[in-house]
Amino acid sequence: MMKLTLRNFAYSLVGIIALGALWWIASATFARDLPSPGKTWEESKVYVLQPLEKRGEMDQGIGRMAYYSLTRVAKGFLLAILIGTPLGFLLGSSNTFFRMFDPTIQVLRPISPLAWLPLGLVIFRQSEPAALFTIALCSMWPTVINTMSGVRAMPEDYRNVAKVLQLSRWKTLTKVSIPATIPYIFTGYRLSLGLAWLVIVACEMLTGTPGIGGFLWQEYNSLIYSHILMCILTIGVVGFTLDRLMGIVETRLRVV
Amino acid sequence: MIKPLEVTSLTKVFDTPTGKNTVVKDFSISIPAGQFVSLLGHSGCGKSTVLSIMAGLQEATFGGVCVDGREISGPGLERALVFQSPSLLPWFSAEENVMLAVAQARPKLSRNEQRRQANHYLEMVGIAEYAKQLPAQLSQGTQQRVAIARALSLEPRFLLLDEPFGMLDSITRFELQDLVLDLWEKDRRTVVLVTHDVDEALYVSDRIILMTDGPEAQVGLELPIHLPRPRDRRSVSSNAEYFRLRAQVIDFLEHHSKQFQEKAA
Repeated sequence: MMKLTLRNFAYSLVGIIALGALWWIASATFARDLPSPGKTWEESKVYVLQPLEKRGEMDQGIGRMAYYSLTRVAKGFLLAILIGTPLGFLLGSSNTFFRMFDPTIQVLRPISPLAWLPLGLVIFRQSEPAALFTIALCSMWPTVINTMSGVRAMPEDYRNVAKVLQLSRWKTLTKVSIPATIPYIFTGYRLSLGLAWLVIVACEMLTGTPGIGGFLWQEYNSLIYSHILMCILTIGVVGFTLDRLMGIVETRLRVV
Repeated sequence: MIKPLEVTSLTKVFDTPTGKNTVVKDFSISIPAGQFVSLLGHSGCGKSTVLSIMAGLQEATFGGVCVDGREISGPGLERALVFQSPSLLPWFSAEENVMLAVAQARPKLSRNEQRRQANHYLEMVGIAEYAKQLPAQLSQGTQQRVAIARALSLEPRFLLLDEPFGMLDSITRFELQDLVLDLWEKDRRTVVLVTHDVDEALYVSDRIILMTDGPEAQVGLELPIHLPRPRDRRSVSSNAEYFRLRAQVIDFLEHHSKQFQEKAA
């Protein structure tokens, strides 16, 4: 991860300016419907400058919208890691279990959130649980796979120490296996959180629930294109921040 | 009389992709209480396999290991093992690593008492001041001292050492050999040391078991070492008996360790 210095910040400005220029050129030439950066700001600043304002169910500041989406992601992500971590542990520690369930997991893994969501709606008949179901199912896999490889990568020495000291199963798990696997688990969590954030937008678009993705889709239908751009930027910034935060936790754990 | 530690007709066969590999065949030794015994042989001759079976980490294919006449069925706290690498848990401090063993040996102690005892063993191996450090902050030699403290804290009847000084530089190795020897002089615990270092085996042992080369390794020669105790490096290395024994061991390793195999072939 890049260090946050003034010099690095100056470098990263180049990319941001280039993107802005590209956007401006596109809006001025071939993409006439695309609002220019200036127009986008002009039309969206009320959402950005009053981020916690609530004017109607689907007309709220981006702070509120992001908050709704984040709570949904948090719930789905929590569900994903609560199921994914023990599942990864089992897959990593038992060969039989691995042979029984790995093929199924490999088939489930590449299924897109757009495919899960309708199934969720069929099962739960409500958009909220269907969204959580979709987020959990889609974002679980990196946690499962990383936890599994973490358990597999545990040095034989640690296992032998546990055996020689005759540690109970519980002690072996809490004092040896889990600490040895934690760095891997958190790499999994970080990737899972990233996926969960990707999935949320699709979920909200399809269910039309308030949140950053729901708002984006509504503004597209209302032909207010500048708000789409604002939503896209918000999604990017929030996703980036989440990844950074998890990255900090991850590096902390790696030192140990 | 039953010896406290007996290995009887121990045979270990590994299944490999190219067929069965008999690493050790009909290996028998018996070790009286309080003796310091070394298993010496070429690298890969199966001496570590024998020790690993004694520790209960692997199972014998035939034969077995008896403690006080009863066959062992796995690891036991009366047999403490020190590995070639220190094998400390890196997320625990030196003290906590030892505490883990103390808690196993004496589960009823309070956490404070466990800590006190752990520090007692760290002091015995001369590193009390490193108690709060994580293994990564300690040198290899110090880490291995923690591992020895961890083994001792079980108050085992048998101390099994699997090439414990193999990864250390020679000066540190000398220090740790002296440490183990000093500790042994104090408590006269039965020690089984696996090594491929001739001088190390001669310096510390009461008896050296020379193993023939694998596959199908067995006891090639048993050599009692009657050098006066307590030993120190200087007087041992100027002792004529030492040189006679050393010549005998090296002669075996160079010329005779393979003979058995040729006979079998």
